[in-house]
Amino acid sequence: MVEWTDAERTAINFVFTKLDYDSVGPESLSRCLIVYPWTQRYFGGFGNLYNAEAILSNPMIAAHGITVLHGLDRALNNMDDIKNTYTQLSELHSEKLHVDPDNFRLLADCLVVVIAGRLGTDFTPEMQAAFAKFLSVVVSALGRQYH
Amino acid sequence: MSLTVTDKALVKDFFAKAASKAEDIGNEALSRTLVVYPQTKIYFSHWKDLSPGSEPVRKHGKVVMGGLLSAVGMIDDLTTGLLSLSELHAYMLRVDPGNFKILSHNILVVLAMLFPVDFNPETHVAVDKFLQLVSLALAEKYR
Repeated sequence: MVEWTDAERTAINFVFTKLDYDSVGPESLSRCLIVYPWTQRYFGGFGNLYNAEAILSNPMIAAHGITVLHGLDRALNNMDDIKNTYTQLSELHSEKLHVDPDNFRLLADCLVVVIAGRLGTDFTPEMQAAFAKFLSVVVSALGRQYH
Repeated sequence: MSLTVTDKALVKDFFAKAASKAEDIGNEALSRTLVVYPQTKIYFSHWKDLSPGSEPVRKHGKVVMGGLLSAVGMIDDLTTGLLSLSELHAYMLRVDPGNFKILSHNILVVLAMLFPVDFNPETHVAVDKFLQLVSLALAEKYR
């Protein structure tokens, strides 16, 4: 079981209270598709991904970005058992979506960059450390059912 | 993976704007590397203070950013331009090249923090590619 200090729990909760899902979700997913273009392989049915402008204004990508970001809520509400919280989602990503689990880390990195852009210097190193730890636990949980 | 003409233009333009805050960027990026990825502290066991914003951290952040800004000027041939820095990292410092990725990530985070408008997605990908190629050039003499 992952151990969280009180300071870490506070920092992570703080980030989530400041999170504008409808804006951060779309931007994070869009950045992932722009910065790591091979991730576009999973979005064949999502319409025009031809260039950065198209991706950023694509409503299907935006909607999906919001969905994905809300997926983190499960971990936030189950911080003492993130591992088992994502069993079904992990199976989905492995068996049905066939997503390379290395891509979870890429999206997580983009999310950190976007949040840093929104919070500015409020995003202290300690806050970044707690949030990065949180995301790495989620990423690990999502990769567990792959075989 | 190599830098397109557009990438190079984006990198040069962005760092021209960011250069004035080089010291802050270096300090923040190095501070975050040490805090968020504590295993990196092993390279600085000779410093008396490894806390964010401390004197040795700030000083070294400035050195690192100076290196990066000069790499922008050598963007057309990073391997040749960074040869002596590569020798330094390979033979003397012997920094595990995995750490270049960590520092690069933290540089991106700090650029987003300090330049939320200028560090748009197109600039983000160009700078990420540039940092990866700098890392590769730095690892040239490793083996």
